[in-house]
Amino acid sequence: MQGRSIRGLFVLLAGLAVAGPLAASESEGEHGAAGVNWQAWTAGNEVTNTASLQRGAANFVNYCSGCHSLKYLRYERMANDLDISPAQLRDNLIPSGAKPTDYMLSTFPKADAETWFGKAPPDLSLVTRYRSPDWVYRFLKGFYVDASRPTGTNNLVLDGASMPAVLSDLEGVKAAVFAQHAAGGEHGGGKAVESFEMVAHGRLKPEEFDGFVRDTVNFLDYAGDPSQVQRRSIGIWAVLFLLVFTAFAWMLKKEYWKDVR
Amino acid sequence: MAGSNDALPVRTGFLGWLNKRLPVDQFVRDQLTGYFAPKNFNFWYYFGVLSLVALVIQLVTGIFLTMHYKVGEATAFDSVEYIMREVPFGWLLRYMHSTGASFFFIVVYLHMFRAFLYGSYKAPRELLWLFGMVVYLALMAEAFMGYVLPWGNMSFWGAQVIVNIFGTIPVIGPGLVEWIRGDYGIADATLNRFFSLHVAAVPLVLLLLVVLHLVALRQNGSNNPDGIEIKEKLGADGKPLDGIPFHPYYTVKDLVGVGLFLVAFAIVVFFVPTFGGLFLETPNFEPANALSTPEHIAPSWYFTPFYAILRAIPNPGMGALAMASSLVVLILVPWLDRSPVKSTRYRPLRWKIALTVFAVSFIALGYLGLQPAEGIYVLLARIFMTLYFAFFILMPFYTRGESTSRVPERVTYSSH
Repeated sequence: MQGRSIRGLFVLLAGLAVAGPLAASESEGEHGAAGVNWQAWTAGNEVTNTASLQRGAANFVNYCSGCHSLKYLRYERMANDLDISPAQLRDNLIPSGAKPTDYMLSTFPKADAETWFGKAPPDLSLVTRYRSPDWVYRFLKGFYVDASRPTGTNNLVLDGASMPAVLSDLEGVKAAVFAQHAAGGEHGGGKAVESFEMVAHGRLKPEEFDGFVRDTVNFLDYAGDPSQVQRRSIGIWAVLFLLVFTAFAWMLKKEYWKDVR
Repeated sequence: MAGSNDALPVRTGFLGWLNKRLPVDQFVRDQLTGYFAPKNFNFWYYFGVLSLVALVIQLVTGIFLTMHYKVGEATAFDSVEYIMREVPFGWLLRYMHSTGASFFFIVVYLHMFRAFLYGSYKAPRELLWLFGMVVYLALMAEAFMGYVLPWGNMSFWGAQVIVNIFGTIPVIGPGLVEWIRGDYGIADATLNRFFSLHVAAVPLVLLLLVVLHLVALRQNGSNNPDGIEIKEKLGADGKPLDGIPFHPYYTVKDLVGVGLFLVAFAIVVFFVPTFGGLFLETPNFEPANALSTPEHIAPSWYFTPFYAILRAIPNPGMGALAMASSLVVLILVPWLDRSPVKSTRYRPLRWKIALTVFAVSFIALGYLGLQPAEGIYVLLARIFMTLYFAFFILMPFYTRGESTSRVPERVTYSSH
């Protein structure tokens, strides 16, 4: 019963959001021929940007961790890697009752999640690795109004996504105007979008929302391989050392081979 | 220069005591300082020692990974992430091991191609080639089972596809597949036995075969880019005129090769460990899931030439037979090549074209094995498969009575 009522709530909210403004926008008619090339959107995130990672961690804790876990990442490890002080960690990022050494687990019961969404929200520890940072970026920016879905929204990247558009209070709600030739069908790497129509505006300006998503993706990129920044910085020294070693080996070889005729 | 007949150093004290009990000096003289190698080795002759370097990297990193890896379908995937995140420098061990597997195959393929270039498989080195081929087959088994251990979704489905190939064998096939898996599907039992084979059985066999490969090599000495037997031209002191002691000349030279290899290796390990999904497959970052098939199942890149041959034939049984044959013809090459001359340098254009066709076909098949088996890809796979087999099957005909150019008496070498 609980599951039904939640799903009903989503439908209702989405219906309210869609019904009026969408009907109006449909009649606007002409759009640019170029369309929205969402398949080419790239995250452009930088895992060396600690400030961005910190914002991403906050975004994750505020908007994602209610449902999604990072089961391979401990709060303390994250805080150390991201220059977050123990006090900041305790006050802002750790849910009450959790210890710094705990893994970042969602408290969302799996059984309930399956009832409500039809699928438990996946663990996101490796999502940027089995998808890609760009994919996650497109996914988070790819929600559009679709009254036929139980959540009221659908996703350009993952058609029929069971995840609701949880960032819509920031981004706003947008409707997608699909290209005529691809009406109702798939085209190439996905649906061809002519343009987006803002149905309801969110709290953030488009470029602010873009930054929000980029920071969040950046944090997930970090979470997918937390040692990657350290790995690259060690790597430079390892390669330099090996080049010097090889240069010495080359000189040694030349010295020895002088007498080979 | 030292030679294998040179007197051993006179030792007193501890070294005297030791050498009376263990032939250390004798071994060093026979295998290193008194072992003569042709002085004209080129770039292609690095890949033997580099295979050994790759083997050592795999053994050492593997031993440490085994300390932290937890075999079992409930624990394997998590333990790999545990290694990546919580074991100090576990990510280095894991990336070295995964990159090492691919580098092993890169150097082995170049090592094998060298044998084609300079006729290193020809008499009296047929057994050397044969041991090498068995090493290669053992390496394939080792790599395949290692690939299953992280228990990602590609591990699971890759294992499903590869093990099912054995199911195409008439009569015993289905029973054999069940026996290999230890279950009705790829399951915990399969993972456990692959672990056992990967960390114990196959490495032991590999080491034994590598020793045999090296003993067979030392028996006749290395071939060289001119394909001349240096032992046939001896100096007054009984030492090969075109030979130089392996140590120090080739130990220092190999050090340069090893250094260059490690630079390339470190660049991949530290900067591009997944190598765009070729060295670590993208779907393998999702745990094994019997209910979710990856969009496109492909084995590791080093198996794809053979995988392309498997898929080029619509009938699975015939495809498997073709794939097995593609390995068998490689084993038989010392007896298929009838040319009196070893090195490509002195062989006719006909051979050079054939060898190029073979190399191009192998690489093309490798590419096609990574693509979905549909449309133009299947047609191309059939064309290149035909060329691949033609290279071997027609070899006795196009190499017999080849018009070779004159092979020099002595190796070509210019000191610089």
